[in-house]
Amino acid sequence: MKYQSVFDIIGPVMVGPSSSHTAGAVRIGLLARKLFGREPERVTIHFYGSFAKTYKGHATDVATLAGLMGLSTFDEGIPKAFDIANDKGIKYSFIEESAIPEHPNTIVIDMYAGDKFSSVKGISLGGGLVEICEVDGFALKLSGESPALLIFHIDTYGTIASVTTLLAEKKINISHMEVSRLEKGRLALMVIETDQSVPDDIFSAILAKPNIERVVRLNL
Amino acid sequence: MKFRNMQELVKLCKEKNIKFSRAMLEYECETSGLSKEEIISRMADKLSVMNVSAERGLKGLKSYSGMTGGNAKLIHDYMLKGDCLTGGVFLDAISLAVAINENNASMGVICATPTAGSCGVVPGVLLALQKSLNKTDDDIIKALFAAGAVGYIIANNAVISGATGGCQAEIGSASAMAAAAAVELKGGSPASCANACAIALKNMLGLSCDPLAGLVEVPCIKRNAAGAANALCAAEMALAGVISYVPCDEVIDSMYRIGISMPLALRETALGGLASSETGKKWKEKLWSVNSNNE
Repeated sequence: MKYQSVFDIIGPVMVGPSSSHTAGAVRIGLLARKLFGREPERVTIHFYGSFAKTYKGHATDVATLAGLMGLSTFDEGIPKAFDIANDKGIKYSFIEESAIPEHPNTIVIDMYAGDKFSSVKGISLGGGLVEICEVDGFALKLSGESPALLIFHIDTYGTIASVTTLLAEKKINISHMEVSRLEKGRLALMVIETDQSVPDDIFSAILAKPNIERVVRLNL
Repeated sequence: MKFRNMQELVKLCKEKNIKFSRAMLEYECETSGLSKEEIISRMADKLSVMNVSAERGLKGLKSYSGMTGGNAKLIHDYMLKGDCLTGGVFLDAISLAVAINENNASMGVICATPTAGSCGVVPGVLLALQKSLNKTDDDIIKALFAAGAVGYIIANNAVISGATGGCQAEIGSASAMAAAAAVELKGGSPASCANACAIALKNMLGLSCDPLAGLVEVPCIKRNAAGAANALCAAEMALAGVISYVPCDEVIDSMYRIGISMPLALRETALGGLASSETGKKWKEKLWSVNSNNE
């Protein structure tokens, strides 16, 4: 059964006008912000496919920006996202891309703050459900429905085992896991979705392990 | 308390001597692990959102794109004057359905039922019937579970998104949900609810999703009114004892088969039908060429 709950049908509560083009965009923005780990100072938002055509009237631009500033899908402040960003001094620009994406509703968000940069690609699946499918060039699959760890590390033996052993010792169950690398022996990424949120001490312990470059924690 | 299709739901209700709403509530308890009270309270929150949404819409709103607005107020004022063709629950339901969907188009907070584009149909019908039948909020919350049971069956056996199945999957599903909930609210049997669902959905088969500039406004807002009117029409027939010649599950399956065989141009792509009319092209040009960057 694709739909599990009566609240998938009577719900979600959201700011209109479109569950895929507005609520979905807020969620992609919000997940991108969580992955970035702080509020961006400048964002460039690329719209592909149906988003590139209809983003203006569906307020997909307003919605994505609202999510990037931490607003949730039912926040009445969403329509005022441009004003809020202007007040905060956040620079934003939107680019209508003509390339045909794999999925019709695709957004790529480039986030900058100081010398920090991150690029996140997300797709809106309909009914407000979304998926993050790329982070800084690494392909992945992240729904944002459960807590997750994104661990960037040197592609060498034992690194993955050291992390999963630590999680096992701390009784944190892994619900989904995938590993990928851009080039053998260079930077790699492991994505670990967990049933429990990962507390600060475990987060720090992972970061302190050898060969770990950067850890992004996505708690709900 | 599991049910996968309408036949199973009606059978279950008959065996246990319960209504759609009770079957849905108990199933939700089993799958979510939450208590009945918690689940009912969550549904009560959805009802509050619907009420606020309707109130906001009736005041008269302009859509975010600037294309539409103000029709709910127009219909409501006309109804209050009393010099009309039908009046009563009919005009009340369609003005509320339009009000809620106009609130959606103006970026107000709404509860998707089952989608944002069709969010006016179920509350439009139920809030109008609450007044005319003098029902309590608890009765309406129950009716929302009944509507949810129908939506759950349609969503899992067919589709509820315009991009996959056309408007029949959105307004059609919403109308079928509202029809069955209306029958339960009036005290009809589970079999009558299933007939109301089948009749309402049959009347919406083949409806394309071709809104102007791809936005959830034209014809979506007025179609929320049509979905509400059709729900009342189907519910009255079912309560009178009219039976759908084609059983409900077969109607749902037909809706699915029609949906997936519809040309892409008629499935939320803004490429065909009304979207490609002269007026549609004009709005597309106007709305698709603006930029809002601050740098």
